[in-house]
Amino acid sequence: MPDISVVLPSILQPLAGGQSILTAPAEGTVTVRSLLDSVTGGYPVLARRLRDETGALRRCVNIYVAGDEVRRLQGLETEVSPGQEVLVIQSVAGG
Amino acid sequence: MKSVAGLRSGWLHGCMATAENFVLAIGTKKGLWLATSQDRKHWSFSGPHFLMSEIPSIGIDTRDGRTRIMVGVRSEHWGPTVAHSDDLGATWTEPEQGAITFPEHTGAAVERIWQIYPDAESRPGVVWAGAEPISVWKSTDGGEHFELNRGLWDHPHRSDWGAGYGGAAAHSIVVNPEGDNVHVAMSTGGVYRSLDGGESWEPRNKGISAYFMPDPNPEFGQCIHKIAADAAVVGRLYAQNHHGVYRTDDNGENWNSIAEGLPADFGFVMLTHPRREGTAWVVPLKADGERTPPEGKLAVHRTDDAGASWKRLDTGLPEGEYNSVLRDAAGVDSSEPAGVYFGTRGGTVYASADEGETFAEVVSHLPDVLCVRAAVLAVAGLPVPETAAARGA
Repeated sequence: MPDISVVLPSILQPLAGGQSILTAPAEGTVTVRSLLDSVTGGYPVLARRLRDETGALRRCVNIYVAGDEVRRLQGLETEVSPGQEVLVIQSVAGG
Repeated sequence: MKSVAGLRSGWLHGCMATAENFVLAIGTKKGLWLATSQDRKHWSFSGPHFLMSEIPSIGIDTRDGRTRIMVGVRSEHWGPTVAHSDDLGATWTEPEQGAITFPEHTGAAVERIWQIYPDAESRPGVVWAGAEPISVWKSTDGGEHFELNRGLWDHPHRSDWGAGYGGAAAHSIVVNPEGDNVHVAMSTGGVYRSLDGGESWEPRNKGISAYFMPDPNPEFGQCIHKIAADAAVVGRLYAQNHHGVYRTDDNGENWNSIAEGLPADFGFVMLTHPRREGTAWVVPLKADGERTPPEGKLAVHRTDDAGASWKRLDTGLPEGEYNSVLRDAAGVDSSEPAGVYFGTRGGTVYASADEGETFAEVVSHLPDVLCVRAAVLAVAGLPVPETAAARGA
């Protein structure tokens, strides 16, 4: 069964050992929450950049599954299927 | 522990210095700048560190013969964290699990680190922090890991504390070096005092006005902007309030106005001398409607008699300045005479090597200055940069 890929923006890649894509083996459908738990488990600083200590996605971090931002879907409970690609993109914000 | 990738300093061509060396740390809305000097007049810079993250808090710990710079870092995208450097910013270390994170059962998340406060010489390794949401933290390992102060977090007044414009935060921590007295100031909530090292807390705001509330003299709820302890008189503290400048001589039991003689009783800054009794500095602002230096004339005011009188200090400051100075955008060093430093929301930083008698511009055109701290380096002979980019950061 194909892996699930999580694509990181360049600014976060140093926190993942320089990797641009993190992969998680998938036996079946998983949630975004469990996917993030899996791929950031070895990169705790990266994990804290994406979610706060309550587990909530940070306000200006957007995660896309199949082209849709997860806040428009089921949030961190959005399901991801094997072979899908998940994008982490920082929101357009700031001045 | 790991170093944060991509955070490098701009120090160049280190040399060995023998005279007293100073470090000046400038936290801004978009990063940190560090500067060193041997005379507090000519500064060499590195930075920006943490570009595009705000630096609202800095603590410089010179105990144990080491200079450790600790910074509260906050990215709008990636959240808050604490990092420290033991080599003047050449490298930064961020604890992997985070230095300040709420325990899971609280259901809370840190929004911003507002204060990093190294404790007294007598308690090496102890560092306090204040954060948003309103919380106080204590480290016993030099600021690498902090524990939440449960006494304040579980305080029954918590649900009644409010948020100032900048957020609901514990922004001032003052610890008595001789005993277990700890004072915390929060916006809004006022001053809280602990007599047992932080186990329990009681409000201590008698005499401080909260004119913006139906009862202008509540037990708590004041919008204190900054507190600082007198260097020599135990139990004497000074407060810059949201309107009102006050002093207590009885450990916070009663506060009395010392605003007479100032051009305005509003402001954010409250600094005290590192050794001398009765000496404090404020930077008055006209408020509530304007929040600028009165008549656009920026000045520091110093008292040498615990607030009985004030001296206007503006030599070297611009004649026209409409930017304000935020609560932590000012600091003193421990040299003799003491150095006084502050920065504006317009990104200009000024330094005085003579306790405010004369100021000189250190740097300008930085982002909004949020925090300024200065210190005498713990060890003479540390590498200092040779670059003379005193105005070129």
